[in-house]
Amino acid sequence: MAEKIFKVTAESGIHARPATMLVQAASKFDSDINLEYNGKTVNLKSIMGVMSLGIPQGAEIKIVAEGSDAAEAIASLTETLTKEGLAQ
Amino acid sequence: MVKDEKGGLEVPKVRTKDLIEKFNLELVSGEEGINRPITTSDISRPGIEMAGYFTYYPAERIQLLGKTELSFFEKLSPEDKKVRMEKLCTDITPGIIVSRGLEVPAELIEASERNSVPVMRSNMKTTRLSSRLTNYLESKLAPTTAVHGVLVDVYGVGVLITGKSGVGKSETALELVKRGHRLVADDCVEIRQEDQDILVGSAPELIEHLLEIRGLGIINVMTLFGAGAVRPHKRISLVIDLELWDPKKQYDRLGLEEEKVKIIDTELTKLTIPVRPGRNLAVIIEVAAMNFRLKRMGMNAAEEFSARLTDAIEDSEHDYE
Repeated sequence: MAEKIFKVTAESGIHARPATMLVQAASKFDSDINLEYNGKTVNLKSIMGVMSLGIPQGAEIKIVAEGSDAAEAIASLTETLTKEGLAQ
Repeated sequence: MVKDEKGGLEVPKVRTKDLIEKFNLELVSGEEGINRPITTSDISRPGIEMAGYFTYYPAERIQLLGKTELSFFEKLSPEDKKVRMEKLCTDITPGIIVSRGLEVPAELIEASERNSVPVMRSNMKTTRLSSRLTNYLESKLAPTTAVHGVLVDVYGVGVLITGKSGVGKSETALELVKRGHRLVADDCVEIRQEDQDILVGSAPELIEHLLEIRGLGIINVMTLFGAGAVRPHKRISLVIDLELWDPKKQYDRLGLEEEKVKIIDTELTKLTIPVRPGRNLAVIIEVAAMNFRLKRMGMNAAEEFSARLTDAIEDSEHDYE
């Protein structure tokens, strides 16, 4: 299992387009990947799940991956998040 | 904020100000404390505490003062009145409610202002208010979880469709809606356990009525199919797990055994349905829901057939005797 905590930096938070990007990045992996925010946990491979959280700028989010490629998944998601200026 | 077991931050589910809003209470004093969290659905009527016995005072509960407690309080000496109201207002007491629109004792107002415990007043009768408060708090404080899946109401049976991303849950839900069934939640279902074994699912507010279909994007089922195509919440009775057809796996051919899955503390019947092009999942789910209802009514096709087969075998055994 691998996990990492991020702080959302994007001005509009995790809006529809960034959420899609994140979900697409997560869907490439076999591991079960979850996103935690505000005491709620959703599947990071589910667009509606991620968007239902309505994550604003400045929020602290946690990504947890479990499975054979968990470490790679976290590394790749970290890259996506920072490259798109979404979170640190 | 309290850390929950998993280490995540937990937001209090209900605060004193929610009660004020919900029950239209009049805030008398202690306004600073209206953000206090309420952690239990139990209500306390501090009668014995009024008499001076505070050893087992359940300070973390909402305190309800009715006619009995207040008329007894009136008979106390000024000294006792002060001390007991002071003891009633602890720093964890979420609030004190006076029922029947009774007058709030001056000692209580003083003590509550000092310790910022909200004191509220209602016109309702004590017992009625007490039961309504308990009901409201129980539903608010019920254990909850979120599940990746789609919840639909099929012939009155709440069916939770689960399965890996991309297996076709939303598409199946769309077909079911087209056939006149109702969508509760797509992709992310918030589940609350009410009572001992009742699971109620609903959609997170932001994505209510929406379905995400690959290739189409987000569609609004309510505006497309009408108000009859959606419902806000539904008790979950059956879980249907969709998985890609695995030729090596044995699927249930008879339906004699029931597989179970546990959500929070409640066990639900689970069916595993293999997905393969050409299999009409909506029809299979409709039939699964109807069959589930039949079983509840005491008619089990698989068991009846099994009994018939036993009889037939026994009969033919006689031929060989």
